[in-house]
Amino acid sequence: MTISEVLDSRTWRSSATLQMLKIGLFGTPLNSIITMATVALLGWIVPPLVRWGVFDATWTGTSADCAAASGACWAFVGAKFRFILFAFYPPALQWRPAIVMALLLGLLIVTAQPRFWRKGLLVAWFVVVAASWILMSGTLTPPAVPSNQWGGLAVTLFVWSVCFGLATPLAILLALARRSSMGGLRVLAVAFIELMRGTPMVAILYVAMLILPMAIPNGQLIDKNVRAMIMITLFWSAYVAEVVRAGLQAIPSGQQEAATALGLGYWRTMQLIVLPQALRLVIPGMVNLAIGFLLATSLLAVIGIFDLLNAARSSATDPQWLGYYNEAYLFAALIYFLLCFGGSRYSLWLEKYLRRSERI
Amino acid sequence: MTIAKRPGARWRTALATTLVVAAGLFSTATFAGPTLDKIKQRGSIKVGVGTTPGFFSPDSNGRWQGFFVDYGRALSITVFGDPDKVEFTNSSPQQRLPALQAGEFDVLLSGVTVTITRAFQLGFHFGPTIFYDGQGILVRKDLGVTKAAELDGATIGVQSGTTGELNIADFFRKTGKKFTPVTIEDTGEFINALETGRVDAITQDSSDLVGKRTQLKKPDDYIILPERLSKEPLAPAIAGGDDRWLEIVNWTVNATIQAEEWGITSKNIDEFLKSPDPAIQRFLGVDPSLAQAIGLDPKWAYNIIKTVGNYGEIYERNLKPLGWERGYNSLWVNGGLLYSPPFR
Repeated sequence: MTISEVLDSRTWRSSATLQMLKIGLFGTPLNSIITMATVALLGWIVPPLVRWGVFDATWTGTSADCAAASGACWAFVGAKFRFILFAFYPPALQWRPAIVMALLLGLLIVTAQPRFWRKGLLVAWFVVVAASWILMSGTLTPPAVPSNQWGGLAVTLFVWSVCFGLATPLAILLALARRSSMGGLRVLAVAFIELMRGTPMVAILYVAMLILPMAIPNGQLIDKNVRAMIMITLFWSAYVAEVVRAGLQAIPSGQQEAATALGLGYWRTMQLIVLPQALRLVIPGMVNLAIGFLLATSLLAVIGIFDLLNAARSSATDPQWLGYYNEAYLFAALIYFLLCFGGSRYSLWLEKYLRRSERI
Repeated sequence: MTIAKRPGARWRTALATTLVVAAGLFSTATFAGPTLDKIKQRGSIKVGVGTTPGFFSPDSNGRWQGFFVDYGRALSITVFGDPDKVEFTNSSPQQRLPALQAGEFDVLLSGVTVTITRAFQLGFHFGPTIFYDGQGILVRKDLGVTKAAELDGATIGVQSGTTGELNIADFFRKTGKKFTPVTIEDTGEFINALETGRVDAITQDSSDLVGKRTQLKKPDDYIILPERLSKEPLAPAIAGGDDRWLEIVNWTVNATIQAEEWGITSKNIDEFLKSPDPAIQRFLGVDPSLAQAIGLDPKWAYNIIKTVGNYGEIYERNLKPLGWERGYNSLWVNGGLLYSPPFR
């Protein structure tokens, strides 16, 4: 019997589940071998890992306690928790980046839900981003905190959401320009997109760090984080533009012709007919890009910005807690995983949701 | 004008204009005011640091600590009389020199080796060497090797893309011995390779090796061989064009060395205020004539030693716990290389 036969027999009892497992795991000699090999592999990896990470681990105390034990030193994560989240932000003022993180996460959650997709959301983005910046820099609530003290998860989230948020409208314009009938505009859009996509992100960051201050008068006065964020926004917009263009191409030309026949102009056609359908199609692709970009923010380390990963890594260079790199990386990995896993689950849900709404 | 009508002429004119404008922009950046004026205007010194245990690392409260970091605080005392008017920014080895050129930092205290090309081609100025480093070799003790020359046929881990890779090759070519290099990218992987026996030895700047040795499971099973395969004098680096800023860097470092030579520490400095020695009186500002002549706060050296300590104290506080011996970094009177010119 194969799995489909079990399923077809419609005698759906717990014994059927058991039988299904049996067929799935040991149905053929090859299946049996794969099952045995997997079990052996798990048996080889998991027990030492659990012993290291749980039973022999040190949960509280100092690095001396950790050095005495043979397992993981989670006390290190406890001591460095604040540094990994906020890096050099003054400890007394860390409520600011905490609020910013909460605001940004809230904004992302709201943005993720189709029922909020209207003009008010754009306003919300503008307000939250501006408020985050003002709060982090302390312009209205002294003392001011210079941006070289920003860091950790707060900066990772800030750069990621702001740059992606700004890159998306830019990308839509780029995608429209690339499909435009105006030759000059099309050539410019193609040139920009290909230039950005043909350059590694590290090079883009070096340009932000080193070339911009020399190329712009008084360029050193523009904040380094701002320079980096402008270049990242431009860089990401090229990638998002290509995804948006794929969506635009998927809309049958009849739609546009019908809109023209109704007397709608170019912008009205795009705004009311083409873009709503095109963007709906490419949302899973955009979420995919967003996850990739979240991981790419760790490249900020090359221009000396303490993002989440860099903060975690350098917290293990403190002579008081020297060398707990494994714990530092695992903790950073956990945060990245939670964000990325959340993103990919959301993408799955959204695909189903949109498919359902299409059918109606 | 016939030229303007030729196809492409307009483009060329536009291009030429762009280039001139761009050159103008670049030149204004080059002729920016002296560094010290910018520092005073800004109210803080921008210092580029790295992340190596003992030399520069953030503590749990996000405050920079370490040997070079203390020199950043000392500079802040010289200029502002306050150790905290200084912004430390992490800077990776790949971007720190261009960043200094671009005016991103006022001084690099990130362990930059003084070399002739950096001085001539890049136009950097270097302060006094504050740490004499050199490439070393960390080996397992059970190999029974006591000198680098005995490592014939050994497998040695080198970090890719560093001068260390070239230095070790030069060393073995010079001695006529053979070795197998294993190029390792990730620094965490170095320790692993040594512990698992994939390599017999690893080679890097000894400042890195000391930190690595403390991370080994059994540090006592490994030794750093006495040879230094290269000279790595680490000094504060500044961009050219501000002589007064260079002198401030020079004499801030010299003050810590001179204080150690006189035996002045952060703890006993107030007793020295009563010293009859005119040189010490000038140094500590009891006699303000010297400071007035050079235009610094009479208490500048006093404040540095009182707050940060002399060279020996800075060294003991940051590097001794990691197992660093003074070695070359001893005073000249103790057989080391540290020597301060006179304060007069």
